[in-house]
Amino acid sequence: MISLSDIPARGGSPFTRSMGLFVLLLLTAPFWLEPIGLYQYLGMEIAIWILFALGFNLLFGYTGLHSFGHGAYLGIGAYAFGLFQQNITISLWGGLLAAITAATLAGALVGAFVSHRRGIYFALMTIAFGQVFWFAAIKLHSITGGEDGLLGIPRPDLVFGPLKLDISDNGALYWFVTIVLLVAVLALWRLVNAPFGRVLQAIRQNETRARFVGYNVWLIKWLTFVVSAAFAGLAGGLFAMAQESAYPDVMSLHQSGLIVMMVLVGGGLVSFWGPVFGVLLYFIARDIIGGLTETWLLWFGLMFVIMVMVRPEGMAGLFHVLRARLPLRSRKAVGPAAQAGRA
Amino acid sequence: MTLFKVENIQKRFGSRVVLENISLSVEEGTVHGIMGPNGAGKTTCFHVLTGFYAPDAGRITFEGHDIAGRKPHQIARLGISRSFQIMNLFDDTVVIENVILALPEFRSRSFNVTQNVFDDTALVDRALEVLDQVGLADRAWQKAAALSYGNRRALEIAVALAADPRIVFLDEPTSGLGAEATRRLMDLIRSLRETYTIVMIEHDMRFLFELADTISVIHWGQVIAEDTPAALRANKWVARSTLGDVA
Repeated sequence: MISLSDIPARGGSPFTRSMGLFVLLLLTAPFWLEPIGLYQYLGMEIAIWILFALGFNLLFGYTGLHSFGHGAYLGIGAYAFGLFQQNITISLWGGLLAAITAATLAGALVGAFVSHRRGIYFALMTIAFGQVFWFAAIKLHSITGGEDGLLGIPRPDLVFGPLKLDISDNGALYWFVTIVLLVAVLALWRLVNAPFGRVLQAIRQNETRARFVGYNVWLIKWLTFVVSAAFAGLAGGLFAMAQESAYPDVMSLHQSGLIVMMVLVGGGLVSFWGPVFGVLLYFIARDIIGGLTETWLLWFGLMFVIMVMVRPEGMAGLFHVLRARLPLRSRKAVGPAAQAGRA
Repeated sequence: MTLFKVENIQKRFGSRVVLENISLSVEEGTVHGIMGPNGAGKTTCFHVLTGFYAPDAGRITFEGHDIAGRKPHQIARLGISRSFQIMNLFDDTVVIENVILALPEFRSRSFNVTQNVFDDTALVDRALEVLDQVGLADRAWQKAAALSYGNRRALEIAVALAADPRIVFLDEPTSGLGAEATRRLMDLIRSLRETYTIVMIEHDMRFLFELADTISVIHWGQVIAEDTPAALRANKWVARSTLGDVA
């Protein structure tokens, strides 16, 4: 079975074919979404979830820490964004900063408790903390609006120096989300291919050994938890804008499970791009199979089961296998053979 | 000079006393063997000395630092390396990355988020040097999990050496090795003793008596004898125990 560590750290340039395809799809989506019978809002929703999923995979795929409560940080970001608009001032950057800060702080707090653990204990503790936040969102009625959530969250203008743009319609907001996503993807890409990313993978493979060669494993796990919560917070802030509301369901256990499922099905365990496939597959299933039958989740669930049984590395793993079977060129890109020459 | 000194270490798990009273003194530049029957507390002793467990009582000093109760990564950074009886490698990745991850010059960049790992040829060259010491340089780009058992043992030692240690703890390095591989390992350890101070748990008495300058015999959580191999052969306690047969 292949794993993330089989993918060598890339050269300085992030401009690979996969990245090119990804950027191309993002930049052209507004022009073909409607002609093929889909809608603008879907593009935005997918972009936000990709952001969430990629940040989550830093923890899940790279470090092997299986958080089942990550929806909480998405929700915290969404609430923080909304509360900032409603109680402080209408500001895009202020709101997003509040979203990131709130999720980071929550992540730092929870991370401090869970970073001692891994495996089932880690998973259970993340669920427990996730439920605490979810419960708080429902019960702190005066702050969060209880089960109704925060309604009427505005989509503030994009102010950039002297520039002021109205991004309140779906089309304009899509472009903003896309730019944020691209910056985030480049940052994550750099991070996972730098020494820090390799250390994360070392911890996934063998925490004990990592400790005994001198890594402060607790600190690194905690940091990863915090960074991944921060990305979730950013995604949450954007989500609040997209939905123009924030509600407890965003941080429910169900939502946390969904992101795990997306990342697994997509192949987050074996590829940087895995989460992207997973998010796409989920939304395509929801909108296309969902258009045909109400029981689309049943089919998606079935697909999940089959995937885990026959190709646990997910869709990205499937692509790797297919590529490896192709006799020609692309072979050199995978595996250490390419580097043997350089050594 | 005494590099590593252990005084009256005690370790309990609940009501079970595993290490009753262990004292060792390791001279710089020597090979110090530890032997004893199964369950005597040898591996637990290693775990305490390298920070896996904190001792309940006693002192551990390394170059004058008191290291008892410090965390494994803190102890490792002082220049104390170890291998494991049950192999502990980064199995998903290539052989050379196992070594690179353990290099201090890589570790010091562990929070670097912008640089490229394999672009640094100095790092790769240094890792290849370490691999060469254990005879694995030509397998550098193979997957660690794909190595033969004997080579995995060698890699286990290479990872310990990569940290550029002052002292290396080897927990049963010959365990599971055939005669040929054991002989090669003996040559390897002989070459390492020029550079490193080595503490080694070993069941293979021939191996241990051949290599060690001093041997501590641990039984019932205590050091029942500490002496040169020659003197130990004559020791009646050792002779009486089952260990005496081989010695």
